[in-house]
Amino acid sequence: MRISGEVMTKKRNDKSDTDLLGLYRKMRVIREAETALSGLFANNEIPGFIHLSLGQEAVAAGVCDALRDGDTLASNHRGHGHALAQGVSLDQFFLELFGKDGGICRGRGGSMHIADMSVGMLGANGIVGGGLPIALGSALAHSIKKSDQVAVVFFGDGALGEGAVHEVMNLAALWNLPLLMVCENNGWSEFSRSSDQIRAEIGDLAKAFSIPFERVDGTKVRDVRSMTADLCDRLRTGQGPAILECLTVRWHGHYEGDPQKYRAEGDQETATSTDCVALERDSLIGDGFDAATLDALDAEVKAEVEAVVIAARNGASPSFATALGDVHRNTIGSHHV
Amino acid sequence: MSDTRYGRAITRALNDAMEADPSVIVMGEDIGAVGGPFGVTRGLQKSFGSERVRDTSISEAAIVGAAVGAAMTGLKPVVEIMFMDFTTFTMDALVNQAAKAHFMFGGQVSVPMVLRTPHGGGINAGPQHSQCLEAWFAHVPGLKLVCPSNPADAYGLMRAAIDDPNPVIFVENKAMYGTPGKLADDPEPVEIGKARRARAGSDVTLVAYGAMVAEAIAAAEVLSAEGVEAEVLDLRSLQPWDKDQVLASLSETHRMVIVHEAGVEFGIGAEIAAHVADAGFDELDAPVLRVGAPHMPVPFSRELEAEYRPNANKIADAVRRVMQ
Ligand SMILES: Cc1ncc(C[n+]2csc(CCOP(=O)(O)OP(=O)(O)O)c2C)c(N)n1
Ligand SMILES: [Mg+2]
Repeated sequence: MRISGEVMTKKRNDKSDTDLLGLYRKMRVIREAETALSGLFANNEIPGFIHLSLGQEAVAAGVCDALRDGDTLASNHRGHGHALAQGVSLDQFFLELFGKDGGICRGRGGSMHIADMSVGMLGANGIVGGGLPIALGSALAHSIKKSDQVAVVFFGDGALGEGAVHEVMNLAALWNLPLLMVCENNGWSEFSRSSDQIRAEIGDLAKAFSIPFERVDGTKVRDVRSMTADLCDRLRTGQGPAILECLTVRWHGHYEGDPQKYRAEGDQETATSTDCVALERDSLIGDGFDAATLDALDAEVKAEVEAVVIAARNGASPSFATALGDVHRNTIGSHHV
Repeated sequence: MSDTRYGRAITRALNDAMEADPSVIVMGEDIGAVGGPFGVTRGLQKSFGSERVRDTSISEAAIVGAAVGAAMTGLKPVVEIMFMDFTTFTMDALVNQAAKAHFMFGGQVSVPMVLRTPHGGGINAGPQHSQCLEAWFAHVPGLKLVCPSNPADAYGLMRAAIDDPNPVIFVENKAMYGTPGKLADDPEPVEIGKARRARAGSDVTLVAYGAMVAEAIAAAEVLSAEGVEAEVLDLRSLQPWDKDQVLASLSETHRMVIVHEAGVEFGIGAEIAAHVADAGFDELDAPVLRVGAPHMPVPFSRELEAEYRPNANKIADAVRRVMQ
């Protein structure tokens, strides 16, 4: 099979029609963007603190690629990949991380608060578990509006400690809502192994609430994508919520600059030896794509990120007066969507 | 006397309290093996074991609720909430349970617990990791509230908070953990409810707490060169607060500016200004001014956050206005 390097942005659920290069490109964009961010942060160019999802790209890309226009998404503190895979523009993303006026949130939110209502991205979140009730409400809105859209929420394995997660499972099941809860299980809850904090398996929790549950290898983007598509098919026909657990690896520290003294010797090497982007590249080669096509795509993404970084670094700063005047929406009756 | 830092002084207070009283326990997220995201509980688990220094899951509501129950059952829990922003999860335990238990149960029990949590901006941590929410707690009868500005007070107030039979919210400042200072070899508790004169002056009283004490002193130095001598009072305790010392200072200076990093509207400064306008009315030669954050979420970008936060310049400007 040979396909041109042209990327389709249309989202499809039909796996035979999947744009494999588009899927790969999504991962590549996240990888390049976050690799660049790691360097920029070390260079003190990015204010605040950032949590990178390097190693976890296949989850974001696989899930978001299976969604349709109009679906909604809530994310967490490790949300760069989710935002980019959902279609937040690369330049507005970087402008936000630099704290610039042209950022998607006008420099007011930063890394942990990337949101873009135009692509259904309801927001990353600085509050662990914070996205779940929001996604529940979004699913409720889809349901009340009698649409066949779904709401998706990404959360980590550590978030299972928060009561809201369990409350959301209950209500989603009780109300039969089109909510896909995606648990990105990277084994870590900040500086601790999640197994030292959480007694229950998420699959058993799902069972307790009678919610269909699937577990996939979250480093295999095609598996993530097809499982998401299958689950969303069910959700779209009113069959209630689902939980998808994606087993994945966290390459970097909890936050950039984390000295990771808590990490056992060799653990990071083990993690980085699983490279979901490289795995998919190998699969593409196996499918008959030639290396030159993939090299060209990789180079194009890298160049795009480099150009965006240069532009974002030089972006205009936000105005304080404008920000201060924008605490409330000032026009009665208007709405964001 | 020895050199210490704000965060280290709190560590030592926890250590000394745990040594002195086996009923003191410490709980929080990653506070044990790792010693806390800001390193404040470093070494405690090694010294006192994982039963008394407990790592928890990410479960703020349960951690603080459990502290209430443990306190009602004879322990003295000190819990860490990683960022003050996350105290939102703990409000039921604090407001409906801890604060009221003594009163509501007819004085049968008290709730001797401490909730430690860092507030404040200055590190571009954004809208959900920078807030100063202390006024919320000051509004709830039954809770005590302190906010030290330096290592010695951090030590002394923590010892007093742990000794206190009531629930105490101990507000730290995340940008100040590395702030150096001195600590006595055998440091004493600092009485809750007592302010401290951080600088003497006769022309105007600056009332501040936490990180704003240093800004107020910096402003006072600038003003001194202009011929205005500002007295700086460090409140240290916000609930109860030292009404006597504030009014005594006012009766010397007759002018007052209140400073905090938290938002001005409906804030700690509003309460103090209202009290001063009442009990100190005859002493006032100028309106009481407040310097604090504007009524908006804490913005992320460097420029926005810098403009958002109060600083020595803004304080000096306010003083110039009351001196006119
Ligand atoms: C309510 C709340 N409590 C604590 C934190 C601090 N915190 C941020 S991320 C994190 C660990 C989250 O682990 P997990 O959900 O597995 O996500 P991961 O970091 O592994 O992607 C913690 C404790 C927070 N942001 N919000
Ligand atoms: Mg995790």
